[in-house]
Amino acid sequence: MSDLTADPRLVGARVAPKKGLRLSWSDPLFRAIVWQVVIVGAVVALVWYLVGNTNRNLAARHIATGFAFLQRVAGIPIGESPIAYDPAVNTYGTALLIGILNTLRVAAVGIVLATILGTLIGIGRLSGNWLLARLTSFYVETLRDIPLLLQLFFWYSILQALPPPRQAWHIGDLLYLSNRGARYQQLTWGPAYSWALGGFVVGLIATIICSRVIRRRQDQTGQRMPLWPFGLLFMVALPLAIWALLGAPFQPDVPVLRGFNYQGGGAVSPEYFALLVGLVTYTAAYIAEIVRSGILAVPQGQWEAAGALGLHRRRILTRIVLPQALRVIIPPMTSQYLNITKNSSLAVAIGFQDIVSIAYTTLNQTGQAIEGVAIIMAVYLTISLSISLFMNWYNARIALVER
Amino acid sequence: MRCSMTLCFGTLFAGLLLAGSQPASAQGSGSATLDAARGRGQVLCGISGQVPGFSLPDSQGVMRGIDADSCRAVTAAALGDVNKVKFVITTTQNRFTNLQSGEIDMLSRSTTWTLGREGNLGLEFAWVNYYDGTGFLVKAATGVKSAKEMDGATICVQPGTSTELAINDYYRLNNMKFTPILIQDLSELQGAFLSGRCDAYSTDASALATFRFSQGPKAQDLVLLPEIISKEPLGVMVRKGDDKWFDLVRWTFIAMITAEEKGITSQNIDSFTSSTDPDIRRLLGVEGDMGKALGVDNKWAYNVIKQVGNFGEVWDRNITPMGVKRGINNIWTKGGLQYAPPIR
Repeated sequence: MSDLTADPRLVGARVAPKKGLRLSWSDPLFRAIVWQVVIVGAVVALVWYLVGNTNRNLAARHIATGFAFLQRVAGIPIGESPIAYDPAVNTYGTALLIGILNTLRVAAVGIVLATILGTLIGIGRLSGNWLLARLTSFYVETLRDIPLLLQLFFWYSILQALPPPRQAWHIGDLLYLSNRGARYQQLTWGPAYSWALGGFVVGLIATIICSRVIRRRQDQTGQRMPLWPFGLLFMVALPLAIWALLGAPFQPDVPVLRGFNYQGGGAVSPEYFALLVGLVTYTAAYIAEIVRSGILAVPQGQWEAAGALGLHRRRILTRIVLPQALRVIIPPMTSQYLNITKNSSLAVAIGFQDIVSIAYTTLNQTGQAIEGVAIIMAVYLTISLSISLFMNWYNARIALVER
Repeated sequence: MRCSMTLCFGTLFAGLLLAGSQPASAQGSGSATLDAARGRGQVLCGISGQVPGFSLPDSQGVMRGIDADSCRAVTAAALGDVNKVKFVITTTQNRFTNLQSGEIDMLSRSTTWTLGREGNLGLEFAWVNYYDGTGFLVKAATGVKSAKEMDGATICVQPGTSTELAINDYYRLNNMKFTPILIQDLSELQGAFLSGRCDAYSTDASALATFRFSQGPKAQDLVLLPEIISKEPLGVMVRKGDDKWFDLVRWTFIAMITAEEKGITSQNIDSFTSSTDPDIRRLLGVEGDMGKALGVDNKWAYNVIKQVGNFGEVWDRNITPMGVKRGINNIWTKGGLQYAPPIR
């Protein structure tokens, strides 16, 4: 708004008279400064007191302090670790890093799966199909109403009811399911696979470029060329050709029952799986409601207008409604992503070693509770802030650009 | 309004500053812990509440076990009445923090006495109430006869315990590998073992024996392996920095062992009050002022023995029914390790 359009009668009223700071209680600026100094002082004094008091008491009780324990050899066993870990060699720092990686492993996969499942269920609740709508609403109402911890125990006990390794359920050599978790056949990784993977990435980039070119052509000429032959060529044929050129090595890593358990192949532990399934199904119920509210927030006129253009119902959903619904969905979705991350700390109850579990064990073995809890808080704060930052960025990107 | 807000901030500040400089109570027994216990009329004692023979509520909800009775004995010595004990359930992971932060006065939770714990945690072991060692429990169906056959096994163990360190050392020493399943809640962990998630369940051999016993007829399906892979002296802990309280806890146990040596039980104690044995007269507070030296009533040991019993009675009441032999836990005159320094 410029001064030209402003009402001249109000201009004088709006601009406050400019005056210097008076050292008087009746001066609002002076009062504001005084109060802010007092409040900042109070906060500083409180923190000062808490830190001093803690240090004094720790010293009085002869409790070790500091983060030197991170360099000490851990000696605590860890069930599953994404990186190599030997308790006789590695330090508490490494053990805690494994905890962080395990937390991230659950949170990242959980967020992706919960989003997919939640979106499908949310759309299902709005379906015209009576059975589908009822089933999905039953899902939401049930899963939301049972405490997550109980659900985790439920999934974990179901997985424990699987047969022992010797009587494992299996699909040929491909997959073995027992109360020790799932073991599946996987490829023995070699250089040929690395090169083929590189070829796939190059192919992916090439396909994206092709897609851009095709779209521009469509914008200019109205003619649309199919994309899939390029995709097939670049993303499938190219890696396969590289693999074949390098001698087409094929050596599966088959799980074999040796001693107490299967050796070799890939593995998913019951603890990880129970935690993941519990988190995903629980959070999906909330995400479903968010998605449903987002879709309902799009005016009915948008459906009708798109229908009038002759678009198919599925196209209306994916092209017209969901992009608009996203603006309503994203902010509450951020909270759910944060919830998945934080709820993953319930892993302690079913024996999955996330950061909380390993930090608790560490603080128990070293006795340094304050440092241990500080590490847990720092880890969750970092993960949560990262998710929030990303989601806020994404939210700003998809926000309605008003011109 | 403005003035009242100033006032409000002022009082807040004053409150904070005062809270920081609160002096320790000038009068009393010289033990802050004992004074606090007297003030509230309760001794707060951390236990597990899940291990039969050590601490587990019976069908009437009364906490039973050697750890629970250790709490009762100290309460009787400190306050003169066993009923003034308050049991606080702790886990393997929060037990030390609870004691450090003063939420409990003592910890009696099958906790192993180690250098690391005494050196780093700001806690002290007052007495060993059970000499134990780490063992393995397996299912008979697996056919495993020795811990040496357990290479590659999955083992259920509680996190934050000395057991997990002991297994680690044992496997390292014998060049074997194992997969740990670490669950904090004991019943959840035992459930995982019984369902077959783990090949073995490992903890102190005493707890394994009592767990096996608690399975009733199914006990035959479970085998305790012969190897005891570590020393686990289980003891009672207190905070560092309150030596008077430490003394009281330690001498409570010594009094119970002395009573067993002298044949004094909760049943016959009153017939000993007229004894001419100077040791007994000092123990029961008829002569001397041993109680005053500890900062408690002179009949402290009498109260302990009368209300809880001597060390052998506590054992017989709690551990014998589980089918565990006393062995090294006997008093020294019967070939065990429990040796009581003189009360004089």
